[in-house]
Amino acid sequence: MNAEPRILRTQAEETLAAEFQAARTRLAGGPETAARREAAFAAFQKAGLPHRRVEAWRYTDLRALMRKAAPLAEPGAVPAGLPAVSAFGGARLVIVDGSYRPELSDADGLDGVTIRPLADLLAADDPRVGASLAALDDPLVALNTALMTGGVAIDVAPGASVGRMIELAHVTTGAHATQTRNLVHVGADASLRLVETHTGPDGAAYQANGVTEAVIGDRARVVWAKLQQEGDAALHVGTLALTAGRETRFDHLVLMIGAVLSRSQQFVTLSGPEAKIGMNGATMLRGRQHADIALVVDHTEPACESRERFKAVVDGEAEAIFQGRIVVKPQAQKTDARMMTQGLLLSEGGQFSAKPELEIFADDVQCAHGATSGQIDEDLLFYLLARGIPRPEAETLLVTAFLAEAIEALGDETIAAVCEAAATRWLAARGGA
Amino acid sequence: MPAVQETVDQVRRIDVDQYKYGFVTEIESERAPKGLSEDVVRFISAKKNEPEWMLEWRLDAYRRWLTMTEPRWARVDYPPIAFDELYYYSAPKSTAGPKSLDEVDPALLATYEKLGIPLREREILAGVEGARVAVDAVFDSVSVVTTFKAELQKAGVIFCSISEAVREHPELVRKYLGSVVPVTDNFYATLNSAVFSDGSFVYVPPGVRCPMELSTYFRINEKNTGQFERTLIIADKGAYVSYLEGCTAPMRDENQLHAAVVELVALDDAEIKYSTVQNWYPGDANGKGGIYNFVTKRGDCRGTRSKISWTQVETGSAITWKYPSCILRGDESQGEFYSIAVSNGAQQVDSGTKMIHLGRNTKSRIISKGISAGRSNNTYRGLVSAHRRATGARNFTNCDSLLIGNRCGAHTVPYIESKNATAVFEHEATTSKISDEQLFYCRQRGLSAEEATALIVNGFVKDVIQQLPMEFAVEAQKLIGISLEGSVG
Repeated sequence: MNAEPRILRTQAEETLAAEFQAARTRLAGGPETAARREAAFAAFQKAGLPHRRVEAWRYTDLRALMRKAAPLAEPGAVPAGLPAVSAFGGARLVIVDGSYRPELSDADGLDGVTIRPLADLLAADDPRVGASLAALDDPLVALNTALMTGGVAIDVAPGASVGRMIELAHVTTGAHATQTRNLVHVGADASLRLVETHTGPDGAAYQANGVTEAVIGDRARVVWAKLQQEGDAALHVGTLALTAGRETRFDHLVLMIGAVLSRSQQFVTLSGPEAKIGMNGATMLRGRQHADIALVVDHTEPACESRERFKAVVDGEAEAIFQGRIVVKPQAQKTDARMMTQGLLLSEGGQFSAKPELEIFADDVQCAHGATSGQIDEDLLFYLLARGIPRPEAETLLVTAFLAEAIEALGDETIAAVCEAAATRWLAARGGA
Repeated sequence: MPAVQETVDQVRRIDVDQYKYGFVTEIESERAPKGLSEDVVRFISAKKNEPEWMLEWRLDAYRRWLTMTEPRWARVDYPPIAFDELYYYSAPKSTAGPKSLDEVDPALLATYEKLGIPLREREILAGVEGARVAVDAVFDSVSVVTTFKAELQKAGVIFCSISEAVREHPELVRKYLGSVVPVTDNFYATLNSAVFSDGSFVYVPPGVRCPMELSTYFRINEKNTGQFERTLIIADKGAYVSYLEGCTAPMRDENQLHAAVVELVALDDAEIKYSTVQNWYPGDANGKGGIYNFVTKRGDCRGTRSKISWTQVETGSAITWKYPSCILRGDESQGEFYSIAVSNGAQQVDSGTKMIHLGRNTKSRIISKGISAGRSNNTYRGLVSAHRRATGARNFTNCDSLLIGNRCGAHTVPYIESKNATAVFEHEATTSKISDEQLFYCRQRGLSAEEATALIVNGFVKDVIQQLPMEFAVEAQKLIGISLEGSVG
């Protein structure tokens, strides 16, 4: 069957095409980057916004949900209400509307770390930009490549042990579209703790589509968290494309609280033997929020271990989605992979969908996945009520415990504390039952 | 851990080059003109003396089919099928439809005997005590004989070929045909609706427990022929029926298409047990030839407390594309799916189930075991969903797969969709988590976790398989012995 040419474009697709035409000459980058932008936009146009029939996006019909495309952000805005210091007590790199702003950032005391605006790399046609995305066929990644503005490029020198945590603060200032691109390269034997935060004003229908490319060198140790706390009318799509080398330790957590419509995609390739990774997620939704987590862990080398734990708490008429896939290539013998996803529905109208997939081509492996969906266990609740704990508190306790499993698996107390405080605030706003 | 030697040996014993049913029966047959057109649909309908409404139904389906495209989402890979190169109807010349055994061509009887399916009632009776099974034998496009009809009639059970049912019981056929799998359901179901030739029809009246096992044995014999069988089983209020299906085909170098539709309807308190031993010719070790088995099977638990249980043992076919499903519409209805799928050589299997919970307090259970060897790919694809109204829905899913060698693939693609907070869904791939209580019980009595798991998983599968006709059971029994050791989620 030939793919039929798509003739009908949605209003959002039309706007994006017009925006690309208008912006193509002033977007950052050398001639190669410009050519790459053209090719990427052509790919995006061919696929269009993903819809229900695109398997990887089956639960998030962006074509129907994103009716209009917001105008591209103009550089130079000053974010309101940016806290004076990072909540994580470390360095902070501020990215406003998709552009790195050194003057708002605090990058002191980061020995062995080079920080550059991504725009510099684009101008120099640095081949590292886009290198991690070659195998990805995703329309939103293509859209980002076409329209990417300068985020930040972080290079950690081999062997460097970065003591200070780095916060990568993404701030959106108004109802426009941002296309941030970041690059993180961690050298061999180095260690790094990184937190991405994503915030913006409530009530503003902004659209953030970010891509972060990361390469973790051999034996490096990285702790990475992403806190999506966008404004309540925002659309957030974030993609992480990461390659982990031999014997790396990589622990990741994604916390999804904000935005009316969000999707977080993590594509992880284990490209060296004996890497150990942990991918975790905690989603808290209410009202009419919709949050989708997509995860692909590709085991291409032997004896790697991966653990995936994803939890979703759904209130109101919200919908949480988890689509995870573990791939084990023929040469990846002795793989040990486990994926668990659990949905907790607090209200009658809530929805949880999961698709935990295994794709295995090697015979000497241990792979498992599990998925559950249900409401708060009545027996556990009864136990607490019987001990004189009022129902709202008892529920809060049980929900906190449910989420803690994923949050604590990251193994970083500072980040866990911030995440748990966010969870507590979310539960307090719920006001119990 | 890798598969244990015992398992490897057992799988080898049923490898593609060990196919025993690949012979061809030399018999003169009558075919429809090659290709598909309205005329061919009319030809099939006329051959079966169908009433006008049936022809219209077929033509509607055919016109709809012309507008559809082949599904490509499954993890199977095959060249485009030339639908115009196929014969859509083929029948042994000597039979114009099922009749008394004495009139059946001896060559046909010999064929079934060779397949281990004795059709003479007295021979069946001479067999193992209690192993009586009524058989509807379908050869290419027609049903050649249905046994034990008289005895079943005494109990009020209607068991005949679907062509006969269209003529003899039009009120039942019109009421239920296409009510579970709509004409427009999918590409292959629509094709089947247009050209279906034969298959079985079962109606069990209210309160009747069908006195014996019913079974249909499908045989493709003719070259270049597609088999499009249609089966419709209705269990009225409080009825019970157990139905078995078996199938084989000769070894040929070209691929042959088998696109069946099976519809089950269970009314209040009714129970239908549907078992399949699918042993179509799988092609040779290099992937040449074999049957494309593109089947739509669906059961509708329409009544309160109704129950539908699917059991399948899949070893044949070059490509399997089938998802026996349950629509749990009635409150407190139950759906079950037990599957063992073994792929060898270059076979491709994409199979699983859908459990759609619509009613309150509905329950479903899925146990699937996939074993891939050689260069085969074996995919479990399943959906469990609870709709808004499905308060108290409960599902337990366990799918294990095992790989033998590193040139094959095992894949699991489960979809879990819950729209009701009180629905409890569990999808487990770890073998130690079937039912802690049952496991605990077994372990307390000295069984290892592995033994206990095998016992529990195989227990109910065995239950059904032991009731299969002996010749079917031989193959199935071998599979049952396969160890769970070294299985991956």
